[in-house]
Amino acid sequence: MSRIQACFAELKQQNRAALVTFVTAGDPDYATAMRIFKGLPAAGADVIELGMPFTDPMADGPAIQLANIRSLKNGQTLAKTLQMVAEFRQDNQHTPVVLMGYFNPIHHYGVPRFIADAKAAGVDGLIIVDLPPEHNNVFCDPAQAAGLDFIRLTTPTTDDLRLPTVLNNSSGFVYYVSVAGVTGTGSATMEHIEEAVARLRRHTELPVCIGFGIRTPEHAANIARLADGAVVGSAFVDLVEKASNADEAVSGVLTLCRAIADGVHYARD
Amino acid sequence: MSSFCNSPDTHGLFGDFGGQYVAETLMPLILELGREYEKAKDDPAFKEELAYFQRDYVGRPSPLYFAERLTEHCGGAKIYLKREELNHTGAHKINNCIGQILLARRMGKKRIIAETGAGMHGVATATVAARFGLQCVIYMGTTDIHRQQANVFRMKLLGAEVRPVVAGTGTLKDAMNEALRDWVTNVNDTYYLIGTVAGPHPYPAMVRDFQAVIGKETREQLQAQEGRLPDSLVACIGGGSNALGLFHPFLDDASVKIIGVEAAGHGIDSGEHAASLQGGTPGVLHGNRTYLLQDDDGQIVDAHSISAGLDYPGIGPEHAWLHDIGRVEYTSAKDDEALAAFHLCCKLEGIIPALESAHALAEVFKRAPQLPKDHLMVVNLSGRGDKDMQTVMHHFEQQEQSV
Repeated sequence: MSRIQACFAELKQQNRAALVTFVTAGDPDYATAMRIFKGLPAAGADVIELGMPFTDPMADGPAIQLANIRSLKNGQTLAKTLQMVAEFRQDNQHTPVVLMGYFNPIHHYGVPRFIADAKAAGVDGLIIVDLPPEHNNVFCDPAQAAGLDFIRLTTPTTDDLRLPTVLNNSSGFVYYVSVAGVTGTGSATMEHIEEAVARLRRHTELPVCIGFGIRTPEHAANIARLADGAVVGSAFVDLVEKASNADEAVSGVLTLCRAIADGVHYARD
Repeated sequence: MSSFCNSPDTHGLFGDFGGQYVAETLMPLILELGREYEKAKDDPAFKEELAYFQRDYVGRPSPLYFAERLTEHCGGAKIYLKREELNHTGAHKINNCIGQILLARRMGKKRIIAETGAGMHGVATATVAARFGLQCVIYMGTTDIHRQQANVFRMKLLGAEVRPVVAGTGTLKDAMNEALRDWVTNVNDTYYLIGTVAGPHPYPAMVRDFQAVIGKETREQLQAQEGRLPDSLVACIGGGSNALGLFHPFLDDASVKIIGVEAAGHGIDSGEHAASLQGGTPGVLHGNRTYLLQDDDGQIVDAHSISAGLDYPGIGPEHAWLHDIGRVEYTSAKDDEALAAFHLCCKLEGIIPALESAHALAEVFKRAPQLPKDHLMVVNLSGRGDKDMQTVMHHFEQQEQSV
């Protein structure tokens, strides 16, 4: 059983939803990002998505765009992102880590080399924003063959006709992008999310996590009553931006994480 | 029979290049666009409407003009200019815009968005949006807004909203990111009118098809004037739409030598250039796999060219493929070579070319003198240089100061 499968199975037994947190690797710098990363499990994060910075994040809003710029300016590379995961795994064998980003840096690094290095570092899953199932052969298939989960984004525009194509070959969990838009902007109504979850459940047995526009403990709790997990990203990234020093960034993110985790974990009590 | 004209395949691939590398939110939209375009292009009513607007609104066919004085000056090949700069709005861009706006209308879209670099595609898009009464938003980098103020004003006159893009270096690539973000947000009513042969399938093939009118006319016109095919074709390349428009109808004619000219900026060795094929490596950006300017970590590197329209770190995927299989020869011209060609064209022919087109002319000045007098060379004069007055004046002043 993969780490992601084990995580969702355990939460299901406890009748709890997962808090999936997103932070950008190397934001604002390697050391601070590493402190945040290592602190997230104790602050209640069940799954950690680590953003691989890219100069041209076409599906991201201003918050994550700026995070990418900060991180790259401070020398983050794909190799360093993998190194962060390896360091994290020195004292955490439990929390699933998913790398999320755009395909070009991986393409440049070399797909076989990346798969080998990601496995060795302790990466569990991948979300590649600009790799639809039409291009499974270039990365999804070999990654899965090597035992890395390939997590799919489904969206309000993914209709019933297309859903099987998108879900076929996906593993780990399904990430439902609840609004058509970039990260960190609008949020969907609960009615929309309820419908979407029901629709997805007709097509897949995989856990369904909801993302985009979730910023508060209350909002996350509402999501946790409907879905298997809530993804929170831009709200954390905003705190990194606003922090005036590293300690403030770390404590800001982890404090918010604890509050949202309480919302998510006790939502069904 | 094997042909260069059967690409891309149904997944939008030209060999290993092209494809549909976009976020899932956009996938259903580009699949629908592909289906709608396939239907439209074989529909006689669509073809008739397109032909009407090409003739009476754009002003086609554009002349194929024998450049007698340029020819004399070079003392070699017989040089013809395909006068795309005489089109309505002053460049080849309108060929694509008129085609796509008719498609957008067929699809019932109410809002048009586009990216622009030099502003020529923005102006052409604003123009057709005005003609058909559609709302129009143009994304343009702040650097480009600064160096192309006249075009910004033209777009506004035509009723478009110009949204400045500060991200990155504020050039074409950043404008394209922002247009994609808009499209991902406004999926129901918005049509993204991409201005070059790049982006996810079907854009590279569709834009090429709308621009291929350039090459088709050239073929007929040269046949009428000279009774035969050209010996060589020369065009400048940013994304590469004017070039593919001229080249595509000749790809299967083995006797026709085809030359694409990238922008070498301050020189390829300087690192400050926009020559994706000669100074880049394959990668994935803006929906397609192609040659890109990128660093050791696969991060996109900023392009540099004196011409805003060539200032893009990628190139259309069909060019990447034609480069790899060797059907087209790709070369480059530096900023100062393009400026020298710009001046010669003004003085010898009384034609002020766009700085983009001046890159193609720079290659002509290198090549034509070496060729025999019966060699027929066609150059795509893709745009006029009115928009570049500020840039050229600025360059003059700098030169005078340094003397």
